[in-house]
Amino acid sequence: MRLAHQMAYESDLVRADGVVVTEFPYLAQRYSVMAVPKTVANGRTALDGSAPEALFVDAVLGTLERRGS
Amino acid sequence: MAILRERDRVEVQRRLQGLKEPVRLVYFTQELECATCREGHLLVEELAGLSDKLSLEVHNFLLDRDTAAAYGVDKVPATAILGDDDRGIRYYGVPSGYEFSALLDDLLMVSRRDSGLSDASREKLRRLAEPLHLQVFVTPT
Repeated sequence: MRLAHQMAYESDLVRADGVVVTEFPYLAQRYSVMAVPKTVANGRTALDGSAPEALFVDAVLGTLERRGS
Repeated sequence: MAILRERDRVEVQRRLQGLKEPVRLVYFTQELECATCREGHLLVEELAGLSDKLSLEVHNFLLDRDTAAAYGVDKVPATAILGDDDRGIRYYGVPSGYEFSALLDDLLMVSRRDSGLSDASREKLRRLAEPLHLQVFVTPT
């Protein structure tokens, strides 16, 4: 959560939502949230679980690079 | 009704003493069909009352559609955290336990007007060329 919000603060292109999943079950279903934390980037799973900063940033940005490949 | 217990309130107040610049909370709520909106409203009100660096603005999600749209808010309860400008930091739902602590960290970060990320992460983000929407799913603890 913190890292996602730090990324949002750093970049004008990033926005980040912390979502309490029990309050929005339809989102849990849409993104197949089985365990938390789970990070979804532009609708695609970026990371299950937590990670240190460098790994988190790479996982999230990697989601964009993987697209269409 | 107080949401924070007395000893939590003292601890939260202590952490909020670290706030540097003003931080604005913009909260979206609705009266009906929202199980946690009222609890969330009480929580942000209580929080805002613990530091003169914090201010709170409350909007009705159903009546204030334009404001909700301007903040990109599509569900409630929602909380936007702003410093001098809106950087897209949102919480949906009521953060409690560990996530409440993360919310306090967010307030401190925004008050410093600095993400606190490493130089390497900042450089990677500078190369970002398209909008990125992150959703981090958490549970109340």
